Order: sequence, then C-alpha cells, then structure tokens
Amino acid sequence: MRFVSLFLNNRLTIAPEMLVSPVKAVPFSELPTVEQPPLNPTFQYDEKLQQTLYGKSLLFDELLFTIEQIQQHYENGYVKYSPGISKTSNGYLCSRCRNEKSRLFAAFSCFRCKSDNCAYCRNCIMMGRVSQCTPLVSWNGPKVKWSHENNLHWNGELSSGQQLASKEFVKRIGSEGELLIWAVCGAGKTEVLFKGIEKALNLGLRVCIATPRTDVVLELAPRLKAVFPNTIVAGYYGGTEERETPAQLVISTTHQLYRFKQAFNIMIIDEVDAFPYSYDKTLQHAVSRAVTPKHFLLYLSATPSKAMKKATRKRTLPCVKIPNRFHGFPLPVPGMVWGGEWKKRLERGKLPAPFLNWLKAQAKSGRRAMIFVSSVSVLEKLTELIKKIVDVPVESVHAEDPMRKEKVTQFRNEDIQLLVTTTILERGVTVPFLDVAVFGADHDVFTESALVQIAGRAGRSKDDHNGEVLLFHYGKSLSMIQAINHTKNMNKEAGL
Amino acid sequence: MSYCLYCHESYTEAWSWEALIGLKQSLLLCHDCEGKLVRIKGEICRICSRDFSIFPEQYRQGDCCFDCIRWKEDETRTGVLQQNRSLYVYNDYMKELIAKLKYRGDVEIVKAFYPVLSSTFKMISRDAILVPIPLSDERHYERGFNQAELIAKGIKKPVEHLLKRKTHEEKQSKKTREERLSQKENPFEVIGSLKVKDQKVILVDDVYTTGSTLRYAAKVLIEAGVKEVSSITLAR
Repeated sequence: MRFVSLFLNNRLTIAPEMLVSPVKAVPFSELPTVEQPPLNPTFQYDEKLQQTLYGKSLLFDELLFTIEQIQQHYENGYVKYSPGISKTSNGYLCSRCRNEKSRLFAAFSCFRCKSDNCAYCRNCIMMGRVSQCTPLVSWNGPKVKWSHENNLHWNGELSSGQQLASKEFVKRIGSEGELLIWAVCGAGKTEVLFKGIEKALNLGLRVCIATPRTDVVLELAPRLKAVFPNTIVAGYYGGTEERETPAQLVISTTHQLYRFKQAFNIMIIDEVDAFPYSYDKTLQHAVSRAVTPKHFLLYLSATPSKAMKKATRKRTLPCVKIPNRFHGFPLPVPGMVWGGEWKKRLERGKLPAPFLNWLKAQAKSGRRAMIFVSSVSVLEKLTELIKKIVDVPVESVHAEDPMRKEKVTQFRNEDIQLLVTTTILERGVTVPFLDVAVFGADHDVFTESALVQIAGRAGRSKDDHNGEVLLFHYGKSLSMIQAINHTKNMNKEAGL
Repeated sequence: MSYCLYCHESYTEAWSWEALIGLKQSLLLCHDCEGKLVRIKGEICRICSRDFSIFPEQYRQGDCCFDCIRWKEDETRTGVLQQNRSLYVYNDYMKELIAKLKYRGDVEIVKAFYPVLSSTFKMISRDAILVPIPLSDERHYERGFNQAELIAKGIKKPVEHLLKRKTHEEKQSKKTREERLSQKENPFEVIGSLKVKDQKVILVDDVYTTGSTLRYAAKVLIEAGVKEVSSITLAR
C-alpha cells in the first residue's frame, strides 16, 4: 500500500493514499518516522473494532472494517500501524512471524505500492501476504474488559494423579513461571486444566490453549464451551470463522498464534514435543509474541523431549507427573516379536510368519487394529498383501491421503477393521477396543516417543483396558527398549 | 543444494549430461513436488490440448474433444481461438499450487516454471506478441499482481498489454460452466488497437478451464484486426 505523509492540525501524520488525493504517495516502508497520534479521550471508538483488534496484529485485508474507519481510529490514537517487513543488516525481518531466513523472502512487482521490488515473507504466506508495503494494524486504545463470572459447569471426578496436577496448576495461576504436566496417554489432560482455567478467567486473565493439530482444536473447543457456558470461547485454525469474536479463552493451532500480539496471560501448550512445534523456531517465537510480558506457561506432554526431561531433573522446570490413566488400569506394555527380514520379504510379496499368524488371528477375533508402518511405500505394499490374505475391511491412511478424515471416521464407526497407517496417526486417535501392531518397529522413524505414543492408543477405555501392543522387528532397537522401559516405569510410579 | 519453491524442503538436483549441456530444463521444485505434476504430452486435443491419455474415449471425436466441438457450434465464437497449448494437467496438486500463488499471493512460486516455459514455448511464440489476460483494477489491487502477466514474463518474449477488462465481476473460478458460457457481454476491450493490426497474438493465462475467457479475449482481438490468436496456459 502507498501512504501519504501530511500535516494535519499542525502535526505530521500519515494516511492511506486513497483517502487523500491528489498528493504524492509513497510505499508504507518509505514513509518518514511519524509519532503515534495521541489518544483523543473524547473520540467515540468502535467497540467491535476494539474487540477484533485487541491483542492482535492484522492486515487491512483481514479486517471487516472500511479503510476510513480504521484510519479514523488511527488519527485519534486508537489504532497503531507498524511495518510488516523491516530491513535488517543482512536482509529482512517479518514482524508477524519473525522469519529472518533470506531464502524465505521474495520480491515482486507490486501493484499496490507500484514498486518493482516489494519484498514479502514466504514463511507465513498462508495467512495472507505481508510485504514491505503492508502495515500491520494493532489496537492502541483501552483494554477489553473481560467478564469475571466464568463459573465451571462440570462435576466429573478427577483421578488421584489428575487431582495432584490440577492443584499444582491452580496454585500457580496469578504468578509468572512455567510448569510441565507429564501425563501418560489416556491420563485425561483436559480435565486437569478445568480448575486452573476457571481461576484464571475469574481473575480477568486471558487464556490460550495452543496445539499442533487442527483435530484437537475441533475436539476441544466444543468441550470447553460446554463447561464454561458464560465465557466467550473461540477456536482458531486455518479456515475458522470465529476469528472476529473477542474470546477470553482461545484454542488455537500453533500457526494461528502468529495473529496474536501480547494477548495471553496464560498459555497452555499441548503436546509440546510434537511436530511441528518443537521443530520450528519461528513457532516458538509466535508463542513468546502472543503472551503478555508477565505470563505463565503450562506445557503438556506424554513424551517430553530430552532437553525438557533434563530441565526437570535439574529442577529448572517444575514438573508434575500423572503416571496412571484416568481409569486406573496400567498402561499396556509393548511385546516384542521377531519379524525377520520384513523388508526383503515384503519386496518378494510375502509376510513374516509371526505377523501372518497374528494377522489371521486378529481378523478372526473381530477386534479393530491399527498397523503402523515406517513409510508410504511399505504402507502400499503391506495393505495390498493384507487385503489378499484376510477377508475383513482393510484400509490405509497417510498424511497426504485426501480421504484421511473420512477413513478415520469409518474406523471409529467400525466400518474398517484393520487400519494400516504411517506415524501420522500416532497421536490423537482414541478408539475403544483396539489392538496395535508396529510392522518393522526397528526402523528409525519409530523413536522412543513415537512408540510410547503408538502404544498409548491401546487400552484407552475402562471396559477394555488391556489392549495388545506388538512390535514386529528385525533386531531390537534402542528406541524399542527405551519405550518399553518408559511404559514399565510409569506403571511402577503409579504403583501398579 | 536447493530449496523447493513450493514446499521449502531442501533437495539436490539430479545430475545428467542433458542438464549439463543445457538441453534439459528442470523445474525449481523438489523431486516429490515435481513428481506430483503431470506434463501434458502424447495424444492431445488438437485445439485445446486436453490430454487424451487421462480422458475417457467417449468424449472425443477424432483428434478433437467434445468441448471444442461444442465451441465450433457456437456461432458467435467459432474459430476465434486457433489453438491452446498448456504445460500441465490441472490435477489436485496443480490446483493447490495455483491457489497458493493466486489467492495466498505467493508470487515467487511462478518462477519454478520459468525455465520450462521459455524452452517449451520458444518455437510457437516466435514472431508473435504475448498478451496476458488482464485483471480488473479492483482485483489487481486486491491481489497486488497479475499471475498471467508473470507467466508471460517467463516465456521471455515481448509482452504487450493490449487488453483491458471493462467491468469488475465475480471470479471465474466461483462460477459453473453454464454460468461462464451463458455470459453474454464481452468483458474485454482492446487498447492501442493500431499495434495489433495483422499481427499474430498469443494470449497467456494461468488455467484453461472451459476456454470461455480466452475466447472472449480472442474475439475482441480478431475484431480489432489481429490475424491469428492462440493461447498458452500453465495448466489445462
């Protein structure tokens, strides 16, 4: 966009070119430094705009307000414009996603600012283009007042482990710091959060639950809306329509966090070890940008990373463990089964005998099973073979399968008995009466945490707490042994 | 090592004699992404370049597809477009790629195709003027760029802006085939008509879907005295 700098009431100010013709306009990035206009206390600001913008930084194109309305708020000091991309000593910096990698910037001939070389950030392009001439719009006026009546409508019971974790969380609300809740798969993490969130909301604090997966947002948002009926709760994910609501409790994918700026007092990060969160530096940045200067961070994980475990041992990171599942039964310990040279056999169109026997027995039993494999090519070959051998509904699913969602639903509804999958379904899918097999468990993709998560799929329901977990391998790997020890230790800690 | 222009993954280029002496132009995409693209080659519709290998037999008549035969029967626009040539099949991956380019505005992606565009269309664009399909001013401002213009730039031949869109209307991609075909008024007009007299023009656009847009543009050009109009698109 091009802007004009001009004198208005004896002050140097700026305005979008379409509002002040026919003066000469320049790209936003080339404007002289202009002081933020002082807050005009008599100005009647638009509450809807306040609620939309508060704690965020957005593009003009994302706002459902006219450019005149926004500019009026700017001139009266209620809205702030800041550059989307700034030049650094060795390239550019995106103020939205903090990307600094020069290969993730590109320049184009921009019709908006008429510059032949308008640089834009390719890292956060999925949320709309931020270029050098794009101002980020944020709120500079009075804070939104949150409701202090956010009573929890839930009277379920917590397990002993859940209670302990819940107490620790509640105790820390209102102060700064961090806490890790290390909870086994199936411990019931969500219920642990309820009391703490209630306390925070009633103190007038704003809370965010960030998760790496859209499925979790879709599952959590309605549950939280149900237990906090007097609170405004919104789910943020790619394609959501709730972005305009001024929510005090937000459930967001980690990517959508980029939209927020100094918004949350309490940030809860779900599955802190999961891809892509632990991967992506700019995402960690998004978290630090989305929280207020004084904030509390709560991490949730079933399989914390090495670095995190080390921090808990050194006591630099406080940690509570929930070693038992909510139903009180122990975690199923994975069993190891020799599968021979599974790769070679598969290439010859054959299956290892122990796997074949298990497969036939499983098909006969009528119980559902998930079969995890190391890659898409193994997935395709194995599925084809299984379909020939057993006469039950078999399907396969991987990350780029367009039918992924449908197939998972069919599996839940028992329309599919055997689901062959890559590690994409290692988390999140919770189906009762389920057994799990890992085909080729010695492969590198099956790390300790992957195997713990995979094993965590089994035995989730009270009525079927003893699902079977089998690792078919060609030589035990260290990860397999670590995963089995991990599970045994957790059961021991739970006193089971 | 290079980085894929679409998915940002790093990859190493395959080594070959052809590439070394410059006979083979590679895309600036990683192997996974390149593998999802389907080049249009072999048996195609003589007019619109629809790939017959992925198209059921019953929808063609000789070397022409049914859609093109229907166009021939349309009196107002028969024969205005000589032929269309496209690089890739408009499959799911291509749809995603073009959506990221056009609607998210990741302009840089188009450069992945520059080497292939210029080498493939060098011959057919000889002594012709490249004319990108224009956007309305409103759409152009909203998007910040015109994707057809960027594709034309990649062919590395002279580009002239000879067309203008008269009205701002709903996106073609949001209309059905019937709606696109039933539109009566021609949305384009020719600017600088002196330049086009007795010239060969090649229209450039991102996707050929029904061919309606390209035929409207071809029609005004023919009426303005252009000798022959054909077209190039990235996908079909």
